[in-house]
Amino acid sequence: MRLGSFIRQCQAVTRYNLETIWERRAVSVVAIFGIAGVVGVMVAVLSMAAGFRAVVTGQARDDVAVVLRSGATGASDSILNHQDIQVLWEAPGVARGPDGPLVSPELFVIIDRKKIGAGTDANVPLRGVEAAGFALREQFEIVEGRNFEPGRNEVIVGDGAAGAFEGLLVGDRIDVGRASWEVVGRFTTGGGVAESEIWTDNRILQQMYQRGNSWNIALVRLRDAEAFEGFEAALTDDPRVSLGAERQTTHMAAQSEPIEVFISVVGWIIVVMMSAGAVFAALNTMYAAVSSRSREIATLRALGFSRLPVVVSVMIESLVFGLIGAAFGGAASWFLFDGFRAATINWASFSQVAFAFQVTPELLVQGTTLALVIGAIGGFLPAVGAARRSVVGALREQ
Amino acid sequence: MSETSFSDTAAGNGAAVEAMVDVRSVSRTFHRGRTPVPVLKDLTLRMEKGEFLALMGPSGSGKSTLLNLIAGLDRPTGGEVIVGGSPIHRLSERKLAGWRSRNIGFVFQFSNLLGALSAERNVAVPLLLTSFSARERRRRVEIALEIVGLSERGKHRPRELSGGEQQRVGIARALVNDPMLLVCDEPTGDLDRATSGEILDLLVALNRDHGKTILMVTHDPVAAERASRTLHLEDGRLAECGHDGTVVVPVHEPAGAAV
Repeated sequence: MRLGSFIRQCQAVTRYNLETIWERRAVSVVAIFGIAGVVGVMVAVLSMAAGFRAVVTGQARDDVAVVLRSGATGASDSILNHQDIQVLWEAPGVARGPDGPLVSPELFVIIDRKKIGAGTDANVPLRGVEAAGFALREQFEIVEGRNFEPGRNEVIVGDGAAGAFEGLLVGDRIDVGRASWEVVGRFTTGGGVAESEIWTDNRILQQMYQRGNSWNIALVRLRDAEAFEGFEAALTDDPRVSLGAERQTTHMAAQSEPIEVFISVVGWIIVVMMSAGAVFAALNTMYAAVSSRSREIATLRALGFSRLPVVVSVMIESLVFGLIGAAFGGAASWFLFDGFRAATINWASFSQVAFAFQVTPELLVQGTTLALVIGAIGGFLPAVGAARRSVVGALREQ
Repeated sequence: MSETSFSDTAAGNGAAVEAMVDVRSVSRTFHRGRTPVPVLKDLTLRMEKGEFLALMGPSGSGKSTLLNLIAGLDRPTGGEVIVGGSPIHRLSERKLAGWRSRNIGFVFQFSNLLGALSAERNVAVPLLLTSFSARERRRRVEIALEIVGLSERGKHRPRELSGGEQQRVGIARALVNDPMLLVCDEPTGDLDRATSGEILDLLVALNRDHGKTILMVTHDPVAAERASRTLHLEDGRLAECGHDGTVVVPVHEPAGAAV
């Protein structure tokens, strides 16, 4: 068969198939919405993972080092003392600001707050910071109220935390044990996990929690990303301290990974099960579509149309159902879930992270790809069946 | 060139001058499970160019099977089928499809029009397999619809046409590629008596005025009477019928010896 003739045949049969979709709309809708459901759920679930990843890793930088006690996996199981911080101040590759080295020792404790909506207790990070902590986070901005004053029982609350937990609005008071803190401001950091935290003065937090002159974690701004290797080697080789350093990007990616993997695995299990259902819906639709046109297909074959254009046209029809389903499912998940705010526990720090679902273009492409795969599987057997059908037998059908 | 024909060779006078169909010792056996069911046995048939041949016989006699073999829709278990000089029993399925598109015009019992397409677009379907320009395709569709008397109904969909009109569109579709042989499988089987008469008038005119060679399978003796010759098929064997429908001469030999 010449290519020109083949293309004309494919165009003719496909065009005819697509023109008659409306007449077969009742059965077509089953396939389209089956596929739309799969795409919608897949995009929604993965947008949760994408949103979580964006929050946890979004503000991480290559030229910032996270320093913990050697062997610690996170702030909650790490302790840094004054000598550790002094070593960091003198370490090679550390950037300097107007007030000295950009080293931010931070104390990290967890308090209970009730989740808005759920009413259940959740762990919220309370972080002690000082001047270098603000200098390190260049996008830090007070969006309501003011910053805390050093030496006073005042806190500022991240934008995500304020929206996710009860009693964290400006003017509220937080009672923890014998201490009482006033919320004096709400801040943003241009996204990132810090917005799920409450911040206060390092010294006050150390006193309240009787931590003496110790911290849990230190963030260190380096001169540039290349300075990290020298900085890390200096820490490792220094016999006075036992510290470990990671790039902030690596550290936050590792923090994000467990929950991201969990969401993705659970999501994909659901998606695979739903996909199986959608494949059967597509199969059913395409078998019905082919069956209702078996005499017409046989007529075309009698007139000289070949098998392959019949296969191609049925496959294209099924793929079109996939695309329509993807459009509905993608649009529904975008309208319903993009920007949807939620909070979940970050297993690495045992504290809550507030985040927004992110329906990204990549997810929509993935959803469309899945829809096309379902369409292709659902269309293949009916297409081959239609092409293999005896022309003489099908022509006799009334 | 005539305004109602596709080429100079279309016009004819029905004279039998050369073999259009030459079926030689053909057999066709189907299988029901493992049981062979012979439908045609050592059957021989010759049909001249310009002939209008009716094929009659009871249900299950094999007349549609014979028509399918001649039209290239099926292949014989044994023997040879030569149509227009081409030994089509040797062609692959792919080549057979191409051969059908160039040489055979099909008229089906139920017209088999594509319901979503207008009459014009139904008629144009076989032209999609050709390399004719869009202009030439339009010209051929217009001529075909004019021949069947439906020039004014081209924009209508099949469901907006009567049964007779639908069958006329089916005939126009069969004509549009100017095939050398029209095969009609019970073309009046789904129509009332008056409409059947109109369709038969049209087929007779196509044979007489346009020189079309026509092979028609029918149950209807009245329809068969309109053909120039009638063959009777029973138990997989052919016999010639007289004008009163009685079998007069068994058909055994090719080359027109018995006819």
